[in-house]
Amino acid sequence: MSVGLEHYLAVSGILFCLGVLGVILRRNLLNLYMSLEVMLNAANLALVAFARYNGDLNGQVLVFFVITVAAAEVAVGLALIVALYRKCRTTWVDDLATMKH
Amino acid sequence: MQDVLFYIFAALTLVCGFLVVANPFSRNPVTSAMFLVLTILSMAGLFVLLGAFFLAAVQVLVYAGAVIVLFLFVIMLLDLQVEERQRYRLRNLLWGGAASLALLAALLEAVRGRLTLPAETGPPVEGDPGALGEALFTAHLLPFEVMSILLLVAMIGVILLSRKEAGR
Repeated sequence: MSVGLEHYLAVSGILFCLGVLGVILRRNLLNLYMSLEVMLNAANLALVAFARYNGDLNGQVLVFFVITVAAAEVAVGLALIVALYRKCRTTWVDDLATMKH
Repeated sequence: MQDVLFYIFAALTLVCGFLVVANPFSRNPVTSAMFLVLTILSMAGLFVLLGAFFLAAVQVLVYAGAVIVLFLFVIMLLDLQVEERQRYRLRNLLWGGAASLALLAALLEAVRGRLTLPAETGPPVEGDPGALGEALFTAHLLPFEVMSILLLVAMIGVILLSRKEAGR
């Protein structure tokens, strides 16, 4: 069976679900953040696959923008984590429950 | 040949992606970051198979080159001590597994039957730097400029966030 769009979409979907599992499962903020990156990459793969099978370059341009935004997002997010660590001395989500009460 | 390469890269992507989110042998963030590098590199391979050559290069440069280095830098900076509570919680495992399995079932069902997928139309588009640059600087010029402002804002925000409070 020749590889088609649905194969790429299946890989992308499985990868996205792995990211969801990681976000719920991990309790370290840094690991959680890496799972978010996995989810972003899964969406990128779906976009590139659609661009290829629709014969349209605009999907790839969108992925270019997504990668740029992801880089900015990682910088801001990691700065937030560092600021949080300075204040609370922890990166575990269990310890960050002050808004729970 | 292309099909074999697809299966190799897809398997590598999924296995390494699993090891990023739920490595059964190590809870260390550094291990996760290293497997994230492998995930991204094999995904760049998939991009090449899809004809997105420039995006594959950008993926390697920006993600494997810059983002992961930033991750490793922060992990080393925070110097997290290894703690006993790194085991997964059964409740989280159950809920996470149920949620992602349900989402996976929905997505695969959509891909398999409900969605009318476009048939391959004509010659595949090649995402080489020339074609992508032309699209970027003609049709998508405004978003491109907005993106530069976004990067500036992110840079200023990071400087403000990571500044020491002593000045006040």
